[in-house]
Amino acid sequence: MKDINLKETLLNPIFKGNPISVLVLGICSSLAVTVQLKGACVMALSVTIVTALSSLVVSLLRNTIPNRIRIIVQLVVVAMMVILVDQVLKAFAYPVSKTLSVYIGLIITNCIVMGRIEAFALGNKPLPSLLDGLGNGFGYGLILIVVAFFRELLGSGTLFGFRIIPESFYDLGYMNNGLMILPPMALILLGCIIWIQRAVQKDLQEK
Amino acid sequence: MADYISLFVKSIFVDNMIFAYFLGMCSYLAVSKNVKTANGLGVAVIFVLLVTLPINYLLNEYLLKPGALAWLGEKYASIDLSFLSFIVFIAVIAAIVQIVEMVVEKFAPALYSQLGIFLPLIAVNCAILGGSLFMQERDFVNVGEAATYALGSGFGWWLAIVALAAIREKLSYSHVPAPLKGLGITFITVGLMGIAFMTFMGIQL
Repeated sequence: MKDINLKETLLNPIFKGNPISVLVLGICSSLAVTVQLKGACVMALSVTIVTALSSLVVSLLRNTIPNRIRIIVQLVVVAMMVILVDQVLKAFAYPVSKTLSVYIGLIITNCIVMGRIEAFALGNKPLPSLLDGLGNGFGYGLILIVVAFFRELLGSGTLFGFRIIPESFYDLGYMNNGLMILPPMALILLGCIIWIQRAVQKDLQEK
Repeated sequence: MADYISLFVKSIFVDNMIFAYFLGMCSYLAVSKNVKTANGLGVAVIFVLLVTLPINYLLNEYLLKPGALAWLGEKYASIDLSFLSFIVFIAVIAAIVQIVEMVVEKFAPALYSQLGIFLPLIAVNCAILGGSLFMQERDFVNVGEAATYALGSGFGWWLAIVALAAIREKLSYSHVPAPLKGLGITFITVGLMGIAFMTFMGIQL
């Protein structure tokens, strides 16, 4: 088996091979939770945990899973991890779990998790798989937090629920951008992030 | 009857799977390069939603909900299996997709060659699982309502993907800044379509 650069495995998905902006995986659940920074952070953390742990488990099982039924086995492993995360959130952070509602459950069908398992964990040893899962989770979380930062700052003038834009600005006629709270703005912001990233990394541009 | 129509229209336009909840985005962006394939995937989504959602509704009602096991007898009435719902729903969806694929292949080869590649993809489409999870959250009163909701949201998804595919076919002739080409402009287009769909928001039927 060829040597895998562990550091590269962990860091590559964060910028250069970012799962959202480069590979277009896992958009589904990522955008709806970015109205507030708090929800986005919890979601980022949950996805990182699920991706890392299910990559690890599948990688440990990789020699015993029959190829024909691997999708079902993977789904069961992922679903188990998601149930654990969901139960923990319900027990210790009930209000956040309420705002994230179905999106925690939807981590099961999040393409990042399945994609990394299929593409990496099935053919690699447990440690690189764990790191790959962690790296992809961080890459996903980074985009989520950037989008949520702008949406909450411009949309409600707060961060983590604390007022950032001072009251005196509002007295001078500053107004919150109501459009930022609506779902479509997440897509447009993400489009802009991709724009910036591709302007810097020219090799990613499509012809 | 009026309730059903209202639910149907609402799930198409107001609670559109794509524009209001971003469900099924991955395949939405990946398979919307031309109208024909987009149409195939859209039809497959409607079909699978329509089959899986009522089944999951019945499972939720008679197996998973707190107190759902009351039909077995008094002492089962206090059992709450709702923590199992993710795993049950995804197992049902994966199994149904497999069965549907086999049945369609056997009895309707023409349809199979159209849907063929999309059917297995659908098992991991968030819109399908999302439909079941929203159904659980909304407490529909009977199977009819669940099926209406499934039909409506599937139809909304189909509408969204066909519309995006049509726009993307035209987009390939326009001059877009190089870094924005492909993925970037698609995201912005979907955002603008989403804003257009927001005009349906206040509709009461």
